[in-house]
Amino acid sequence: MRYGRSPEVLKDVAFTLAPGSFHFLTGASGAGKSSLLKLIYLAHRPSRGRIELFGHDVESASRNDLPFLRRRVGVVFQEFRLLDHLSAFDNVALPLRIAGAKPDEYRDDVAELLTWVGLGQRLWAMPPTLSGGEKQRLAIARAVVNRPDLLLADEPTGNVDHEMALRILRLFVELNRLGTTVLIASHDQDLVRRSGMPVLHLYDGKLTRHSGEARAEPRSTRPAPRDETPQADEQSEFDLGDENDFGEDEA
Amino acid sequence: MSVATEDPMARWKPAPLLPRDEEREFSLHFVVAVLCFLACLAAVAAIGADRAASGWARDIRGEATVQVRPKLGETGSTAAARAAETLAGVKGVTEAAALEKEKAEELLKPWLGDAVLDDLPIPHLVTVRLDPKAPATAADLHRALSAAGIDGDVDDHARWLRDVERAAGLVRWIAFGVFVVVAAAAGAVVAFATRAGMAAQKDVVEVLHLSGARDEFIARVFQTRFGRLAFEAGAVGALAAIVVALALKLLGGQNGFTPALPLSWWDVTAVSPCPLIAATVAALAARLTTLRLLRGWE
Ligand SMILES: Nc1ncnc2c1ncn2[C@@H]1O[C@H](COP(=O)(O)OP(=O)(O)OP(=O)(O)O)[C@@H](O)[C@H]1O
Ligand SMILES: [Mg+2]
Repeated sequence: MRYGRSPEVLKDVAFTLAPGSFHFLTGASGAGKSSLLKLIYLAHRPSRGRIELFGHDVESASRNDLPFLRRRVGVVFQEFRLLDHLSAFDNVALPLRIAGAKPDEYRDDVAELLTWVGLGQRLWAMPPTLSGGEKQRLAIARAVVNRPDLLLADEPTGNVDHEMALRILRLFVELNRLGTTVLIASHDQDLVRRSGMPVLHLYDGKLTRHSGEARAEPRSTRPAPRDETPQADEQSEFDLGDENDFGEDEA
Repeated sequence: MSVATEDPMARWKPAPLLPRDEEREFSLHFVVAVLCFLACLAAVAAIGADRAASGWARDIRGEATVQVRPKLGETGSTAAARAAETLAGVKGVTEAAALEKEKAEELLKPWLGDAVLDDLPIPHLVTVRLDPKAPATAADLHRALSAAGIDGDVDDHARWLRDVERAAGLVRWIAFGVFVVVAAAAGAVVAFATRAGMAAQKDVVEVLHLSGARDEFIARVFQTRFGRLAFEAGAVGALAAIVVALALKLLGGQNGFTPALPLSWWDVTAVSPCPLIAATVAALAARLTTLRLLRGWE
């Protein structure tokens, strides 16, 4: 992919995330981690290549179908993107409102989730009055409130101390156990190593794969078999810049 | 503490997705209110003009004039008197009276002076009042005169009637034109404001979009905001127009504006659909603008 007329930021990146998997995405600043996530949450179209999301070819999907694909992806943005004029509670409720749920159906879930991320006392706080770490957790709560099939988190531990980073990581691991596919972009080499999760590494616009080496926190369990997942047979598949597909074509 | 958090939970309702933008909204309020005020004044004026026109038309329709040509050996006055008598008996005529010579001369004197009057052939006129519900036609009157052996021309003022009706029609079209122009201006203003609002709230719109909101959902957010705003502004404009119309009626007096533009107390209710129309126009403009801008997005 590329921005405007700039040189390609990502080229010939090809990978597939198996449903229920957990990956880190690493790379130097400016390597294109955020750009790769943008492709997956459909904020950007690839200038060439193919993306398949939950078994749907994104290029050929009709514009009316994209919102429904987006609702299955939870995103923690690098810069949070909280709505500053809405309370923490309203921010978290947003994806549910968008999906058309009734307030009475999700009121309690939202409060519970906010408590779970440690914001139980700050339900009605406005984002500008929250600390960096609180904002981060609020953004995470918003990303997961809709029980997404895929969670993308861009530097979700960028603003917090080591202790909080570990707590957030544990939160993601727990979500993953519940069946969510997780992809986390991170600078934090130490955190990545300690997690022992497989790593996708971006360098010079290209992607390499490392299997995770468990160190400090050996992971004992495989994700439990996904319950209540109607699309258990579907694949989350990202297949970028497959050279055989379009050659040098660009959008 | 738990009381403080539980209470708002029970009362919680989803907050508006767009932040308030007091400054921009105030100017938009003002412009839409002024446009609605002008449209309502145009409507009230059109109603008044219509009523004036139909009043004049009724007067004209209720009258006819007959000019009698006396036969040889008959004075004009006798001929006129005979014609008046004949015409009074026609169906659809309530009253017929010969205009007396003295009265006709009196009418002409200011214009012509005493000197010439004696030599002047003063027309012998009969004024006829017609039954406004079933007026006799010019042909009816003519037939009655012929039957009585009277020679005369009947003028039922049809030409005046046509003029008045044409003027009334013109007023109606002008009022409609003003309405269309004002509605288009209001729509354009709201479309402009929507575009500015979308640009100012790009962050919000992007988050909604990326969270899986359909264009329809986002359009509804803007549509509701601007529709409600225009409703309020429309009400303000309409109220101002009502105040002005009532002031005209109260201060116009008998010889001032009111006879030319007769307004009834009920005419002011004609502006009542204004807020609803304004809201519809604004909501539509905001909706179309939003949908069009979003179509350019991924
Ligand atoms: N909106 C944009 N328009 C133009 N160029 C962009 C845009 N966003 C990113 N880039 C460029 O694309 C490249 C990759 O940026 P990206 O944000 O994906 O990096 P990153 O790996 O997320 O970096 P970081 O770790 O600092 O967040 C950079 O060279 C950046 O300058
Ligand atoms: Mg980044």
